[in-house]
Amino acid sequence: MTTTTTVHPQVQPLLKRLQFRTLFGWVMTGLVSLCALLTLMPLFAVLGFVLVRGISRFSLDLFTKLPPPPGLSGGGFGNALIGTLIVVLLGTLISVPFGVLTAVYLSEFSNADARQKEIARWVRFGINVLAGVPSIIAGVFAYGLLVTTGIFGYSAMAAGVALAVLMLPTVIRTADEALKIVPQDVRWASVGLGASNYYTIFRVVLPAALPGILTGVILAMARAVGDTAALIFTALFSTFWPRSLLEPIATLSVLVYNFATVPYKPQQELAWAASFFLVMLILIASVASRLVIRRQVKR
Amino acid sequence: MTAANTPTTLAGQRSRSPRERLLDRLFIRLTLVLAVCTGVLLAFIVLVIAWRSLPAFQQFGLSFITHSAWNPVPGREDFGVLPMLYGTLVSSFIALLIAVPLGLGTAIFLSEDFLPPQPRMVISFLVELLAAIPSVVYGLWGIFVLIPLLQPVGQWLHTHLGWIPLFSTEPVGPGMLPASLVLAIMVLPILTAIAKDSLEALPPELRQASVGLGATRWWTIFRVLIPAAISGIIGGAMLGLGRALGETMAVTMLIGNANQLNISLLAPANTIASLLANQFPEARGIQVSALMYAALLLMLMTLLVNILAEVIINRLKAKYE
Repeated sequence: MTTTTTVHPQVQPLLKRLQFRTLFGWVMTGLVSLCALLTLMPLFAVLGFVLVRGISRFSLDLFTKLPPPPGLSGGGFGNALIGTLIVVLLGTLISVPFGVLTAVYLSEFSNADARQKEIARWVRFGINVLAGVPSIIAGVFAYGLLVTTGIFGYSAMAAGVALAVLMLPTVIRTADEALKIVPQDVRWASVGLGASNYYTIFRVVLPAALPGILTGVILAMARAVGDTAALIFTALFSTFWPRSLLEPIATLSVLVYNFATVPYKPQQELAWAASFFLVMLILIASVASRLVIRRQVKR
Repeated sequence: MTAANTPTTLAGQRSRSPRERLLDRLFIRLTLVLAVCTGVLLAFIVLVIAWRSLPAFQQFGLSFITHSAWNPVPGREDFGVLPMLYGTLVSSFIALLIAVPLGLGTAIFLSEDFLPPQPRMVISFLVELLAAIPSVVYGLWGIFVLIPLLQPVGQWLHTHLGWIPLFSTEPVGPGMLPASLVLAIMVLPILTAIAKDSLEALPPELRQASVGLGATRWWTIFRVLIPAAISGIIGGAMLGLGRALGETMAVTMLIGNANQLNISLLAPANTIASLLANQFPEARGIQVSALMYAALLLMLMTLLVNILAEVIINRLKAKYE
């Protein structure tokens, strides 16, 4: 600061403002770093607790036994694990054909004329809004359409339909993106050899887009595995092994909900263990799909 | 459909059986039909819920919204959804109040070059993971970790600031405060992701021009970048609001499910979504219809918010494409 004497008096205030600016910059940079830290904190807090309280209960019994009756300890969530697999599989079986063929239409056939483009625009809009529909509404929809009308009653089927509604937007969007990445030359080559549209789609375009489509399906399944609101009054719960698709069925997410609010320690432990298992499944799916996408982009 | 077949007609000059051509046209039709089906699924959902809520609508009319009784006892049924409507709006509002500044700050942090790209990508991914954790796990964590943690805070607020109506009741554990906090955590990822995307989508010329004129980094952010990306930021907040309105499990487990209208944030409350989660499994008769009516209100609210968000975000895209 010995050089201050050489500064022209008119420049002096400017220098001062510069210092304020620097300070302001530091404070703001600190603030946004703090924001990022605060945003990440809950992630580690939740993951940490789920890991610590869930892992202590892990054993083979957990996957092969039924939940214990109130007051007793031991047992596992075998029936809920199978129930979750069944319900999510049903949701996938319903949503994937619909989703992939819708995406085929959107990316392959909707550029034909102005009317088609208009239809595609509306369909895309509808799907985007559908993605924001709360999962409880999907449950209410399946309940109103399938449960109270007696078509299925409380059942795995009704739950599968509710989950399919939730999975559909993810499946369509990712399949749409995956189809767009397939180079146009491939289609031209196929059609140029005399192949028809459906042959081109099924034998050339869809296989090329398969990794992207699978990624979307896995992401949608990951969301469905953890979903609870769509299941609590479509699948209900059951303390027995699943026997049919038309009966109430136990699922892991509903098990967490039911057992979190009971005053029995073994049940609460089961809820933590099931949470840990769910979170692990979903994390693995997220990381795996991320890796697939990155490899595709590189290629 | 004629123009859709341009590649086909070209190839059709070679031999292709009529059966094959018919199959081809049917396939294109099929994809169109399925696409339209998924497009109108949304309308179908609204219709089904509206149809099931008709009996309650005929019995209670619009006073259902302004009425605050919830009595499912057979013979004396009386339903009004005001406390839950209030709880839904207030919990979402508080969640946004916390999440918008945090999310915007995180988005700025991730879209500027404070860190090298690699760690920034890792942080973005971690923020996305926050959205992947199931709602019911947040609820479990809230019951056993967050509520005990907030109990002394609530007690302190009540004893020292009890004269403010917001803290006028004794904290009992579950209530508006823990529910809103968990909601804030749950809407943070979508808010952050969309604000970050819209900041990164801005043309680099904006920043270059601002810096070239002598502006500092933060002047550029506040006076150039944020105003330019504001529709994306607002759109993200709207999407977050849509999620907060309909979020069910975590809120149900933390809010206390009391069908009462209480201004205090420390008192148990209820939201429409938690009302549905709690009562549908055992509902009978007109109660089912009343719940459907409540679901319809929730659906219309989230639809309105989501459509607005969609329009706002699309407008930003159109501006810089």
